[in-house]
Amino acid sequence: MSEPVLQGKDLSRFYSVKRGMFKPEAIVRALNGVTFELHSGKTLAVVGESGCGKSTLARLVTMIEDPSAGSLLIDGKPAHVGDKSLRSLVQIVFQNPYGSLNPRQKVGTILEEPLVINTRDDAATRRRKVEEMMTKVGLRPEHYDRYPHMFSGGQRQRIAIARALMLRPKVLVLDEPVSALDLSIQAQVLNLLMDLQKEMGLAYLFISHGLSVVRHIADEVMVMYLGRPVEMGTAESVFAHPKHPYTAALLSATPMADPEGKRERIQLQGELPSPLKPPAGCPFNPRCWRATEECRQAMPPLEGDEAQQFACYHPL
Amino acid sequence: MSLLEIKNLTVEFETSSGLFRAVDGVSLSCDKGEILSIVGESGSGKSVSMLAVMGLLPWTAKITADRMAFDGKDLLKMSPRQRRKIIGKDIAMIFQEPMSSLNPCFTVGYQLGETLRFHMGLGRAARRQRSIELLRLVGIPAPEDRLSNYPHQMSGGMSQRVMIAMALACNPKLLIADEPTTALDVTIQAQILDLLVRLQKEHGMALVLITHDMGVVAETAERVQVQYAGQKVEEQPVKELFRDPHHPYTAALLSSLPERATVGGRLPSIPGVVPGQHDRPTGCLFSPRCTFATDLCRRSVTLQPPSLGSALCNYPLVGGVPQNHPGKTAALAEERA
Amino acid sequence: MTAIESKPAEAVVKAKATTHPSALSEFWFYFSRNKGAVIGLVIFLVILVVAVFAPFVAPHSPSQQNRELLLLPPAFQQGGNWSFVLGTDAVGRDILSRLIYGARFSLFIGLVVVTLSVISGVLIGLVAGYFRGKVDTVIMRVMDIILAFPSLLLALVLVAVLGPGLLNAMIAISLVNQPHFVRLTRASVMTERTKEYVIGSQVAGAGTLRLMFKTILPNCLAPLIVQATLAFSAAILDAAALGFLGMGAQPPTPEWGTMLAEAREFIQRAWWVVTFPGLAILITVLAINLMGDGLRDALDPKLKRS
Repeated sequence: MSEPVLQGKDLSRFYSVKRGMFKPEAIVRALNGVTFELHSGKTLAVVGESGCGKSTLARLVTMIEDPSAGSLLIDGKPAHVGDKSLRSLVQIVFQNPYGSLNPRQKVGTILEEPLVINTRDDAATRRRKVEEMMTKVGLRPEHYDRYPHMFSGGQRQRIAIARALMLRPKVLVLDEPVSALDLSIQAQVLNLLMDLQKEMGLAYLFISHGLSVVRHIADEVMVMYLGRPVEMGTAESVFAHPKHPYTAALLSATPMADPEGKRERIQLQGELPSPLKPPAGCPFNPRCWRATEECRQAMPPLEGDEAQQFACYHPL
Repeated sequence: MSLLEIKNLTVEFETSSGLFRAVDGVSLSCDKGEILSIVGESGSGKSVSMLAVMGLLPWTAKITADRMAFDGKDLLKMSPRQRRKIIGKDIAMIFQEPMSSLNPCFTVGYQLGETLRFHMGLGRAARRQRSIELLRLVGIPAPEDRLSNYPHQMSGGMSQRVMIAMALACNPKLLIADEPTTALDVTIQAQILDLLVRLQKEHGMALVLITHDMGVVAETAERVQVQYAGQKVEEQPVKELFRDPHHPYTAALLSSLPERATVGGRLPSIPGVVPGQHDRPTGCLFSPRCTFATDLCRRSVTLQPPSLGSALCNYPLVGGVPQNHPGKTAALAEERA
Repeated sequence: MTAIESKPAEAVVKAKATTHPSALSEFWFYFSRNKGAVIGLVIFLVILVVAVFAPFVAPHSPSQQNRELLLLPPAFQQGGNWSFVLGTDAVGRDILSRLIYGARFSLFIGLVVVTLSVISGVLIGLVAGYFRGKVDTVIMRVMDIILAFPSLLLALVLVAVLGPGLLNAMIAISLVNQPHFVRLTRASVMTERTKEYVIGSQVAGAGTLRLMFKTILPNCLAPLIVQATLAFSAAILDAAALGFLGMGAQPPTPEWGTMLAEAREFIQRAWWVVTFPGLAILITVLAINLMGDGLRDALDPKLKRS
């Protein structure tokens, strides 16, 4: 197997939070020991609910923040915030296409910016490259001089994708790239992403809470809960035979567009615990119907075979 | 007679570049004890039409309708004062953003109590009693303690439960839920949907569920109304809609769902975008994106009978095949494409 | 089956005719909805034209003294003279001409003060809002101290230290005005700083200066423009006040505040020498404030209706 283009080893990120004048600072473990590999041309989906550490992972991988512990290797080289040479290899597309484009800049200027910063191309070369990329993502060259507010959500997401690809990165972090889009537009953007992956050999880190989208696009899946990976493996095996109760609950909670196949839904009790005071042992134990004393004592290790690993004492 | 009856509702907004028609001739009826789902993308006018029923639209909106009646009473002829007596009591509404729907300055108990005082005229002790009862009803643990909580002390799921409790405070006959679970996590979404359906059954309420999520529709609704660009394009019972959609838009929407496609393959997508204020086509609004569109569609459009899902289409689909379609033109169009 | 025409024909034509409004026409749509703002704009433009073309518009020189026509009443009053429409002052200078030349000073003061305070305020606010932390704390405490003084009093003290005169008055007023811009810029920068397009630029490799000035700053301008208009009128008022107190422009400069101060002793005998400069200040400040309200309507998306 080839060298992974993105590799996280035991990545952790802790934040200290002030709780008031006289209380000691609390520590939020937003990300707690995440290990993964991503190969070019592949898609790793990170799935989980709010507070599970997806966004923190995105911030680490795009080198906006350094990990508190563990290491991140991009293209085999260790990465940290100050390092400019690796920066252009990992780019990001955000969820909300309305907030991710500078409203005061023209589309051309937005797309040109990465080139202006990172290359010595002259204006004509830049323009040519921008127009090439615009055609590639399905925008017309006459859109060059327009402002983002003149575009619909789907077209803006195309602009955002084009911007991320201007530097020819190897890894694209997709932070819920379609969940803010209309249903009929989602399919267009997903198709575009799959085409681009094939054409440019991109590796995707696909962050999402929508499982049906993940099932469609992902090669591998990592399910996270409260900063920890609870299950990971190939999309096929995880979706077909979820081992961790949380994965199973997540799958059964996702509404299916099929009114005739009424399924028994796993009813999860309670809410996500506050990341400020995570429960002892397995973070999922207060909501888990299979939890025992053992689960309240210690965090189960992530184990399993090549195809599927899970962190649970009582797998399904 | 249906509980909520709307005929030919049109809502227009005054904007910097002329009138914008957000809702265009929508009719709707919802019976007692029924779950009606209005499904559509952004700009389909699904929220606006319900806000018009509630009388919650800003003053720039111009509302016209042939009939807008609730429980036999004409909402159009009613004075604002009379209307306020119905809104919030017999018709209640919950919104997408539970966090911003609650007033951050007051406790949960106070806000619940206000509703009870205004509509039910309950005394202090009775209000507290009823508030606790309501919070227990929506599945909030330790309701006595929650009464003194401020909205910021609660999670999104909890806030949405409180919003539902507030909506239920006066035993409404109709509950309008506008994307009630969109802002919530998947596992919490499942809880809230189950709660809504359970309450609807227990109280015999009518529930209008506005959503863009086909999965939510499939799992909760009984009857579905599909809207596109401010128009109602189709209406069917949920099973029939998913089995045999009659409008090409519904059909295309359903087939573009990732869960209905083969894994890793290309998704059948709908080209183009929903028409906005400045590029509204003539004739059928879906015609620029429709694979079956003909010249007739670009001129005018026909409303089909209820047996064909009241589809707003010249060539309604039956089993995926357009009826009475001039095949020759279709073949030509395909060639051109 | 019922065939329905989707829409009346004329509505279709109308809908076809509208295209996406340009930024300017949209701006004008919201601005022109505020009638007061349009009136304010017209008055302001008139004052601006008069000020720019003062030598051609003014009937006399502002410093020419007519010894035989002291305290001449306005033309429409008994004893008035149509060559001195608004009368003359205690040394026989034409009040109308002095007001016209005075408009130059007032607008000049407003412009210089706003430019000075905007540039310094925006720079400081940008630094505070972007870097946060200790830098922010230090800057904001200094601004709090400046804001703790009554503004006119502080301006007076500064002028007293620097020495009276128009230039020093303008510097003093700028300094007093500038904390408002610092706070406003800092607040907008802080909200913009965490937006995704900024993070996107950061991931693309943009450096600190680029992020501050090219990415963030243009998105903070709308509230600053509104505040600048209001500061413009405040500066005119402050300058007039300083002039009146003898700390601003020095006689015989035809500055409106100074004119008021000079005419103070004649208020009983000749009402026009104080009334007209006062009215000039009132109308100008009112017009600019009205215009500022309209700008706020047009530029602040939160207030946009529909």
